[in-house]
Amino acid sequence: MSTITQRGLNRAGLSRRSLLTATGAAAIGLTFTACGKKPKATPGGEEPKLNFYNWDTYIGETTLGDFKKATGIDVNMSLFATNDELFAKLKAGNPGFDVVVPSNEFVTRMSQGGLLEPLDHAKIPNMKNIDPSFLNPDFDPGRKYSMPYTWLLLGIGYRKSKVQGVPDSWKWLFDSDKYKGRISLLSESADLVRLSAKYLGHSVNNIPEDMLPKIEQMLIKQKPFVKAFHDDNGQDLLASGEVDLVLEYNGDIAQVMKDDPDIDFVVPKEGSLINSDTLCIPKGAPRPNNAHAFINYLLDAQAGAEISKTILYPTPNAAAKALMPDDYKNNPVIFPPADVMAKCEYGAFEGAEKASQYEELITRVRAA
Amino acid sequence: MEQSWKQAKAVFAAALGPPLVWLVLFFLAPMAIVWAYSFGHNVGLTDIAISGTFHNYARAIEPLYLKIFLKSVWVAGLTTGLCLVIGFPVALAITFASDKAKAWLLLLIMLPFWTNLLIRTYALIAVLRTEGFVNQGLEWLWKGGGALATLVGLQPLGDFQPLELLHNNFAVILGLVYVHLPFMVLPLYSALDRLDKSLLEASLDLGAGHLRTIFKVVVPLAIPGIASGVLITFIPALGAYLTPDLLGGPDSQMIANIIERQFKRANDWPFGAAMSFLLMYLTFIAIAIQAVLNKKTPEAKG
Repeated sequence: MSTITQRGLNRAGLSRRSLLTATGAAAIGLTFTACGKKPKATPGGEEPKLNFYNWDTYIGETTLGDFKKATGIDVNMSLFATNDELFAKLKAGNPGFDVVVPSNEFVTRMSQGGLLEPLDHAKIPNMKNIDPSFLNPDFDPGRKYSMPYTWLLLGIGYRKSKVQGVPDSWKWLFDSDKYKGRISLLSESADLVRLSAKYLGHSVNNIPEDMLPKIEQMLIKQKPFVKAFHDDNGQDLLASGEVDLVLEYNGDIAQVMKDDPDIDFVVPKEGSLINSDTLCIPKGAPRPNNAHAFINYLLDAQAGAEISKTILYPTPNAAAKALMPDDYKNNPVIFPPADVMAKCEYGAFEGAEKASQYEELITRVRAA
Repeated sequence: MEQSWKQAKAVFAAALGPPLVWLVLFFLAPMAIVWAYSFGHNVGLTDIAISGTFHNYARAIEPLYLKIFLKSVWVAGLTTGLCLVIGFPVALAITFASDKAKAWLLLLIMLPFWTNLLIRTYALIAVLRTEGFVNQGLEWLWKGGGALATLVGLQPLGDFQPLELLHNNFAVILGLVYVHLPFMVLPLYSALDRLDKSLLEASLDLGAGHLRTIFKVVVPLAIPGIASGVLITFIPALGAYLTPDLLGGPDSQMIANIIERQFKRANDWPFGAAMSFLLMYLTFIAIAIQAVLNKKTPEAKG
C-alpha cells in the first residue's frame, strides 16, 4: 500500500468525523447489553449502567474504564456520525440513551423540540473547571441543557509550499480564481452560506434575505475553481496533495500537521464560525443520576486531560488544559490567539425554514 | 407431477405466511408511512402533519430539481450503456469458456461483492487521485521517457502534468460502471448460456460472419437477458449516492444525494419523501418498459 493511502488511513482513525461521516454508513447499531445479573445500586440509587451516544474516537482511551473503577457504573458507548443522525434518532423517541453529545446549534434545536432534560448544576460540581467564557453561550443561556465538551473553529488548512504567503481571507476560497482547481469546500450548506456572509462583512447570523442572492451568485461564480465538496475529510484531501486549500476544522488540521510540516492552518481575518460539542441528557433518559455523575466525571481536570490527549480537540476545560503539555496548550492552531477568537461567532439555530432555505441555495449552486 | 396449490392449502399458507408477514411489516408498512409523509409538512421541529398537500411534489418538479432528476437519468443511462458494451463481450467469453474456466471466471465477476462498496470506492480514490497509482505510474513512464529522450539527444520532456481523474463526472461514471458491471454480466451470461449453440453453427455454416452472427442471431436471442441486465443496472445506478458523493466534483450531485440531504441536514422529511417516490415512479416506468419489451419478443423466450 502506498504511503499516501496509509497516511490517509491513519488519520481517519483519529478524526471524530472523517471517514465515517463521509459515508453516512456509520450507523453502528445499539448494543445494549442484556443485564442478567442483579444490578447493585449506585449512589444515585440506579442500576450501575449508562448508555452514552458519542462521536467516533471522541473519548479518552481509558476514560470509560476509569469511570467504572471510580463509580462501578458500566458505560455502554454507541456512535453516531452526524448531528442529523443523532437528531433523527431522538426525534423518533429516546431509545434509551442517558448522555448524548450534540453540537451547539443542535442544543438549541433539540431543547426547543423538547428533546433535552434540563441539567441539575448542583450534581455537576466540576462545572467550576470550565473556562468562564464558555459558561453563558447564546445557544444555551446559563448552560441550562448542555455542558461544554470540546470546541472547534472553521478555517483554511493549506499547503505552505503551494500557496503564496498566508491565505488569511475567505476570498481565496469563495471569491478568487487564484488557486483554481486546488480548493475543496466543506459540503455543509449552512456553514458555506454563513461564512460567505462573514466574508461579505456580515455576521454569520440573521443574514438578510437580500444578501442571499449575492452569496449565491458569488458561489456560482466560484464553483468552476472548486475541485470538490468534502464531508469533513478535508484534511485527507490536503495531506494526499489532492488540493492545496481546504475549509476545515482546526482540530482536524492540527492532527495532520503532526506528520506533515508543510501543512498549516489559518483563521481568516474576517473571522469565522465556532462550533462546540456538548454533553446533554436527552428527554426520557432512564438513568439521569448516573448521567449527571458521568458528565461531572468528564469535566474533571484529570479525566478531561486524558480525553484531550487522545482526541486533540480544543478543550473548554481550563483545569484540564493546565495539565496538558505545551505543544497542545500553546499550539496556535488548536488555541488561536484571543484577537482572532474575538472575531468568531457561534452559528445560531434560526428555525427549520432557514436550514431548508440554505440547503436549497447550495443545491442551486451545485446544480448550476 | 405438478400439484395445484388448492390441493394443499395448509402447506401453501404455511409457506407463504412468513414471507408475506415480513413483506407487509418491514416493507409495505414503512413505505406507506414514507408515502404519507410525502403529502405532509413539518410542524415545529419534530412533527410532521399529514395534510394531503401536493406542495412537496410541486417543489420536486421545479426546474432546479427536475434538472437534477434528468441528470441522474442521463448518468444512470450512460452507466448502463457502458456496462452493456463492456459486459456483453465478457458474458459471451464466459459462455464459450471451458467448464472449469467458467467457474473461475464467474467467481472473478462476483468477487467484488465480497468487499464493501465503501472500501471499493475508497480504493478507487487511491487509484485515481492526483498522487494516486495511475498518475504515479504515468509520471514514472514520463520521467523514463524524458531520460530516454535526452539520452538520444532529443529535447527533454517538460514537467509531468498529472491527469485530473478524480472529483469530476468522469470519475462518477467510472465508479458506477465499475460497481455495476457484475449486475450486467450475470443476467447476460445466464441468457447467453441457455442459447442453443446449434443456431450459431447454422448461422456460420450458412455464410454469416462472426460479427453478423452476433448481431443477427445472438443479440436478438439474448434480448430478455439484455433487458433484465439493463434494468438491474439502471435502477441502482439511478439511486447511487455514495459514488457521486465520494468521487464526484462540485457539480456531480445526483438525486439520491439531494434526498439524503433532505432527510439529514435540511430536516425536511416530507420533501425528501416526495422525491423518493418520484424516483420510485421512474423505476416503475423502467420496469414497465422492460415488461413491454419482453412481450414484444415472445420468440426469444423459447
